Amino acid sequence: MNSETLNTLDSYSKNKYKYGFVTDIDNEKPKKGLSEDTIKFISLKKNEPSWMLDWRLKSFSKWKKMKEPKWANLSFPEIDYQDIYYYSAPKGFEKKPKDLSEVDPKLIETYNKLGIPLEEQKILAGVAVDVVFDSVSVATTYKGELEKLGIIFCSIGEAIQKHPDLIKKYLGSVIPPGDHSFSALNSAVFTDGSFVYIPEGVKCPMELSTYFRINAENTGQFERTLIIADKGSYVSYLEGCTAPKRDDNQLHAANVELIALEDAEIKYSTVQNWYPGDEDGKGGIYNFVTKRGLCAGKNSKISWTQVETGSAITWKYPSCILKGDNSIGEFYSVAITNNFQQADTGTKMTHIGKNTKSKIISKGISLGKSQNTYRGEVSFLRKADKARNYTQCDSLLVGNQCGAHTVPYIDSKNNTAVIEHEASTSKINEDQLYYCRQRGLSHEESVSLIVNGFCKQVLQELPMEFAVEAQKLVSISLEGSVG
Amino acid sequence: MFLEIKDLSVKIENKNILKSLNLNINKGEVHAIMGPNGSGKSTLANVLAGKEDYEILNGRINFKDNDLFDLNIEERAQEGMFLAFQYPVEIPGVNITPFLHSAINSKRKRMNEEEIDNLSFAKLLKSKASDLGINIDMLKRSVNTGFSGGEKKRYEILQMSILNPDLAILDETDSGLDIDALKIVTDGVNKLKTKDNSFLIITHYQKLLDYIKPDYVHVMVNGSIVKSGGSEIAAEIEKDGFQKFQ
Repeated sequence: MNSETLNTLDSYSKNKYKYGFVTDIDNEKPKKGLSEDTIKFISLKKNEPSWMLDWRLKSFSKWKKMKEPKWANLSFPEIDYQDIYYYSAPKGFEKKPKDLSEVDPKLIETYNKLGIPLEEQKILAGVAVDVVFDSVSVATTYKGELEKLGIIFCSIGEAIQKHPDLIKKYLGSVIPPGDHSFSALNSAVFTDGSFVYIPEGVKCPMELSTYFRINAENTGQFERTLIIADKGSYVSYLEGCTAPKRDDNQLHAANVELIALEDAEIKYSTVQNWYPGDEDGKGGIYNFVTKRGLCAGKNSKISWTQVETGSAITWKYPSCILKGDNSIGEFYSVAITNNFQQADTGTKMTHIGKNTKSKIISKGISLGKSQNTYRGEVSFLRKADKARNYTQCDSLLVGNQCGAHTVPYIDSKNNTAVIEHEASTSKINEDQLYYCRQRGLSHEESVSLIVNGFCKQVLQELPMEFAVEAQKLVSISLEGSVG
Repeated sequence: MFLEIKDLSVKIENKNILKSLNLNINKGEVHAIMGPNGSGKSTLANVLAGKEDYEILNGRINFKDNDLFDLNIEERAQEGMFLAFQYPVEIPGVNITPFLHSAINSKRKRMNEEEIDNLSFAKLLKSKASDLGINIDMLKRSVNTGFSGGEKKRYEILQMSILNPDLAILDETDSGLDIDALKIVTDGVNKLKTKDNSFLIITHYQKLLDYIKPDYVHVMVNGSIVKSGGSEIAAEIEKDGFQKFQ
């Protein structure tokens, strides 16, 4: 690697976080720390029925007996759960505003800075947005149109009030509260998130979208999302997030559960751009996410696509349980780490039914002094006759102080299973850079172009309007000049 | 003077490759450099383009009133220097259309010209491609990815015709081409030739010069130009090889 390349890499490493600002909104918080009182406070604030509070308290008692999973290739100081606020709602938002004029103008301003103004949502035809600002969902659009089709798209809080039967039946059915400590924690203190129900035979006509944003200082965000696609239905869901700059580490432990019944398909896409910490590794979000989908019925399909560029720590394995015969699970991932970021991400594909298929495409890009790990587990249970998996993991190293790791586990209890695995690790190619620059492209443009090309297989899985945004984000994550 | 190379000495990894090389090229001229393998022909091409692996020991290069060593790779390209590579590298996932569109616009930006929009560029690309007998489907593929040797070379000439350089350096463009491909490639070069641009053609064989008529032929041996003259030199080499120049 020549000196100019190193200089440019150095400037990439000093990339400033574009979305680092704090909106000054009064917050109504309980005391710091986690206790039964905290959970009761949250439940009371959200006006929940007693069965919900019981569920939370049971989860809490499980959490108290559990330890954090330690197997990931991550290092960070011990999390002090008593030094975190567990609920924060922008004041006056306990009752939902009727329209945008009732929303705090500062909030609108925040979204304007992020480039996703609420006004734009109306123009962006085909995108219904359920906005989560801290812990309370403040605006939902396109609801009427969806209601006509019988589609339910609302905050999880509202669903607990209005659709208790669906919540009781499905909440925790894919990720049991006692699965691990972060799922128990989330089950105890989750505040908001989205709920989607697509009725039998309905193809949701628009992408459903949620933007998440952590705002209040020292507030962990525990988002809970539940999506149910009934028989023969289809839905595509987009999740995107950015967070303001902050010095203290913030804990984020979301749980997302997907359930696809017979012949149903769910496509779930994420662009994750939480604050990654500064160039010295100070600050940044701790992102411990549990995402799991259940292909419950025959011929069902769940597809996860993620672009992970943010967070100081990413611990995330969107997974599929392929229970129904002929069901399909897919995982497409781009993870970019820079400076001192650490990512340990991948997927789990559990083949239970016959003729189940899974596909894993993972692209990891490491820059600066970051560490980027792909961790995957593909398992075939005894009855999973003629199941197939295809896995492709590629890592790209930019610079010589970063690390890329691949940890694929394969476990087969059925000898008719077919497993293909391809993996590669490479450094960014100097000949490619030379070629691009000889055509007149700058060094930065060239790197961005090559990395985007490297990720293309994954980016093209994103819905159109998201793909453009994601490409920009990939470039921003690499460039030093933007900020 | 358009391009002036004076007393150029270059080394790589402690090995002297170019030794006190001199070469002058005027506007509108076609120069050919011939020489045996390892004589330093490709090194000269890469030093001109700005590849950073080389150590310049001595000498200077002027290009369009610029000290070439003050410009980095992309600045030289934007100033109108184009290198058709001997081995064009594959860039998976990067489509040729946006790639070349960015390239032409970065050149236009430097020249304070207006950027070309998507639609006009797409038209330009299509018409140049059909001139060179390049299938439109090839424009949908990633840069050089999965191309045959001949396709890659044709693709280089397509890029050259889009970027319309002042100085085009063709590094062994004829290698790996059959006669049909060679005709297409050399036709492309001949069409592009005007009184305002110049070509530096590097080749091992005389065959290429049957199709592109150079104004000057230089023989390069062991890092220096040992003989210069007209196309009669090429015929001499064809007959007797490089032996007598060594």
